[in-house]
Amino acid sequence: MTKSSFTNVQSEYLAVIDHAKCIRCKRCIQNCGWGTYSFGGDKIIADHSKCVACGRCYTYCPEGAISILKNPTVMRENGNWQDYHIKNIWRQSETGGIAISGMGTPLKYKKYFDHILLDACQVTNPPIDPLREPMELKTFLGKKPSKIELDFNEKGQPVLKNKMPPQIELATPFIFAPMSYGSISLNAQKVMALAARALGIVMNIGEGGLHDDLVPFGKNIIVQVASGRFGVNRDYLNSGAAVEIKIGQGAKPGIGGHLPGEKIGADISRTRMIPAGTDAISPAPHHDIYSIEDLRQLIYAIKEAVNYEKPVSVKVAAVHNIAAIVSGVVRAGADIVYIDGFSGGTGAAPTIVRDNVGIPIEIAIAQVDQRLREEGIRNEASLIAAGSIRSSGDAVKAIALGADAVAIGTAALITMGCHVCGKCHTGNCSWGITTQRPELTRRLDPEEHGEKLYNLINAWSHEIKEVLGAMGVNSIESLRGSKERLRGIELTDSELKALGIKHAGM
Amino acid sequence: MTTGGNTKTGSMVAIDAKDMHYKELNKIIRESILSGVKNVFLENVNGQYYIGDGLKGDDITITVNGVPGNDLGVFMDGPSIIVNNNVQDNIGNTMNAGKITVNGDAGDVVGYGMRGGRIYIRGNAGYRIGIHMKGYNEQIPVIIIGGKVGSFFGEYMAGGVMVLLGLDNSEESVGEYFGVGMHGGAIYLKQKIDFSKYSKEVEFLEANDGDMSFLKKYLLEYAKDFNLSSEDLISGTFYKIVPSSARPYAHLYTSAAF
Repeated sequence: MTKSSFTNVQSEYLAVIDHAKCIRCKRCIQNCGWGTYSFGGDKIIADHSKCVACGRCYTYCPEGAISILKNPTVMRENGNWQDYHIKNIWRQSETGGIAISGMGTPLKYKKYFDHILLDACQVTNPPIDPLREPMELKTFLGKKPSKIELDFNEKGQPVLKNKMPPQIELATPFIFAPMSYGSISLNAQKVMALAARALGIVMNIGEGGLHDDLVPFGKNIIVQVASGRFGVNRDYLNSGAAVEIKIGQGAKPGIGGHLPGEKIGADISRTRMIPAGTDAISPAPHHDIYSIEDLRQLIYAIKEAVNYEKPVSVKVAAVHNIAAIVSGVVRAGADIVYIDGFSGGTGAAPTIVRDNVGIPIEIAIAQVDQRLREEGIRNEASLIAAGSIRSSGDAVKAIALGADAVAIGTAALITMGCHVCGKCHTGNCSWGITTQRPELTRRLDPEEHGEKLYNLINAWSHEIKEVLGAMGVNSIESLRGSKERLRGIELTDSELKALGIKHAGM
Repeated sequence: MTTGGNTKTGSMVAIDAKDMHYKELNKIIRESILSGVKNVFLENVNGQYYIGDGLKGDDITITVNGVPGNDLGVFMDGPSIIVNNNVQDNIGNTMNAGKITVNGDAGDVVGYGMRGGRIYIRGNAGYRIGIHMKGYNEQIPVIIIGGKVGSFFGEYMAGGVMVLLGLDNSEESVGEYFGVGMHGGAIYLKQKIDFSKYSKEVEFLEANDGDMSFLKKYLLEYAKDFNLSSEDLISGTFYKIVPSSARPYAHLYTSAAF
């Protein structure tokens, strides 16, 4: 391996400029967060090795003069030794470092959502037209009573006798996935806050503390308590609609977090309540939680601190024994369990963990729902499914597999311009999302992108109403855990059994 | 005024916690404080969790007679708790401000993620003391332990100050994995330890005059709280342990190709 072949092949993409079209306005130089472009006296020149195909330059080139191409210099094809295996070996042999990546795994694992089909009504049990008839997407997250007890008033009308535990009311069964200030920019959090408020849903601020600018959005915010306890105090716990204990994340089950010191500027330091410039380390475990009993202790410590007025959520990664784990989490007193599948996103994770650890959300949610029903405790907690919900179709399938609602993270970032380049951990995001560089973050306008995110969730909600109508149900709640409305294709008996669904034709 | 087992006199209330569930006990404490009570005396405490959980107010004092249960003073933001006995695990968990004084021993995990306030323990403490303590601006959490501690003392410590006095102990007062992952704050020892056994991420120094003038006000308060001789307490050499880097894992990673 010579140095030149090394660098040439390492350029995954080529940033090709059509110099006949280029007017040398240098917008590409400004827009690229990676430093791909520079001005060479009379023309723009590109350092291909820096390009990650984030799409910012060609989106903002007024002349359409930029093309990003896959580097045609091939590595010798080999079905076994993929080019990323070889490139990672080269990189790691240079530095000795742990390979680290952003976003969810890009590897082509089987996506079960793509092997599940929905039912619809024909002739009998006629479909419902959601444009004419009421269709309920409202979802309440929290513990429900095991039975309804009624009294009757003097007029003979039923009155609910149960005292309802605290709930989060969602106008549509979506929430925004936890992403901290630090992993993403404050403007990216503001996009989600504005959209959540307009939509009547909630965002989750992750474990980076609550920035002052987001305090007014409290009703639409879930605050998180993770192992680093960043920014957590009494007022913080009481500032949102619910409190979430983060145990794990789909992209990195069993792994902690680590925001490097160079990203801890004054504002993040204030929000996390830690000194500027030091590493913000979230240990892999909470050091006060080594058992279900310990988890119960923290859940109730939080319930005491919020005077039992807010639901407590527990976020876990989908791992092999997820059904038994969630059963324990529910018995520990969680009102909501957030289950993050193995293809869920991350700001940064060791590549070995992101690409190799955990199980798919489709199987996890089906197994958990089944287990909780068998144990008679499904009403004790709401379930949120997460881990790359790419469309309203995925959302509907997740709910039919047993979720009460779904969380979207990457999809929300895509509305902000994200092209899923997976380089979130570098802090160079040209779209101003996963960066703290002020010249990059200020280009992300919260109002403009808040509206785009609002549009997306609105559109997906309409789509869900359409398929609910086609299935002849008029509320999303009626679909929850309704695996009879799902059929599998191209799945083995074991896969069908794990999902709890029949094969198409059965 | 007497209601049930509670006696309220002016801004004081005495609560008999015998056979009371923590939920009820803590509710009475919260309501008493809301009604203007400043001094809460708890009698016959026997393992009730979460005493002082999330309470606010620098002028509130809770005196505990008996052994309180886990998570004493969790998320607490200002009040003082005086325990005339031993305490169990997780005291001062994620505490923001205030003071806990323990006239006895403490269990595991003291001051986890603590950001401010003081915890003074007269006796020994268990494993994982001061894990992920953090300082922020003027907030400097301080833990002083009179006796000895178990393993993982100051693990992941990110800020604040811990003092280990090792009083009454002739043998070494710390366990294994001392200061592992420490990346902020300082630990002071009144007893020299065999440093070679402990974390590579920290440095071992003799405390200088600046350190001692900072420590003095805390040590004097500690001596007063536990009726100890302040001269004995501040005399002799103290040793200081600080992290070698605020960025212990700065060179651990390489950006993946994919």
